[in-house]
Amino acid sequence: MTENFVVGFTIAMGGMGPAIAIGLIVAKALEAMGRNPEASARVQTVMILGIAFAEAIAIYSLVMALILKFT
Amino acid sequence: MTKLNVSISAEPLFRLGNIDITNSMLTGIAVSVFLVGFSFWLSRNLKLSKSVKGVQNVAEMIIESLYNLMVSVAGEAKTKEFFPLIATFFLYILFSNWLELLPGVGTIGIMGMDHEGKTLFAPLVRPPSADFNATLGLALISVSMIQIVGFKHLSFAYFQRFINFKNPMKFVMGLLDIISELSKIISFAFRLFGNIFAGEVLLAVSLALIPFLAPLPFMGLEIFIGLIQALVFAILTLVFMNTATLPHEEEH
Repeated sequence: MTENFVVGFTIAMGGMGPAIAIGLIVAKALEAMGRNPEASARVQTVMILGIAFAEAIAIYSLVMALILKFT
Repeated sequence: MTKLNVSISAEPLFRLGNIDITNSMLTGIAVSVFLVGFSFWLSRNLKLSKSVKGVQNVAEMIIESLYNLMVSVAGEAKTKEFFPLIATFFLYILFSNWLELLPGVGTIGIMGMDHEGKTLFAPLVRPPSADFNATLGLALISVSMIQIVGFKHLSFAYFQRFINFKNPMKFVMGLLDIISELSKIISFAFRLFGNIFAGEVLLAVSLALIPFLAPLPFMGLEIFIGLIQALVFAILTLVFMNTATLPHEEEH
């Protein structure tokens, strides 16, 4: 029971930060695209890169949770 | 509820001398053989005409859109230099990511016993990107190629960004740059492995809970994630290569 709680807590805490980060990144990118629609292709590439960086943090905690759960 | 079979490491299928041959190794070789064979076959059958049709058209569309994306990131000259490596990364990772969606992958396998009498299950096919060894290998290739490309363009001036005695601040920044190069390996490897392996676990869990219709939206999500992760791996390598070839600015 405690083990399951720890696993759930790991991914919950680890997912929280990146969720906020991705929301902020996309909000700002949409703002930039709205202001300057000609640059939207470039903004999109950079946005996806930024999301990948933020998402990597969530993936670290996901891998930790999976290791805790299944080994 | 049926018991889920989730294993973080790839399962060995048989032994060859001292090496365990795992299912992901075999699948990786199969993906390579497929890609090499397909490109070889296509390059023998190229036709030059105003209207290309069929397989050649699809292949040209993929290559062309990837090329245009790379030009928008790195410019024409560097794209011509880096294109083979980056495109290979993209196609190899894309195909191995999408493998997990095929029926039978991860479900058809061999049952066996370990030393303690516990039943083990080894699927015959496991996507290489769901095995940490494979993604670590890809990350090592990518990061060492970044160093090689940087050295090729700037020769010994490239190492100025790592070891710099001009002032204490730059020396500390150089140490931080060394750490960031090492952390690139970890983040490349874990990002790809985590995404694809988590996708596999997600599909397995949703299949075990409700076998019909419920996994469908997740499958769509996995197609998307597989494409995005392949793109992220390729484009990140390109961006890092691009920054490695730029001269290290002296004054800020």
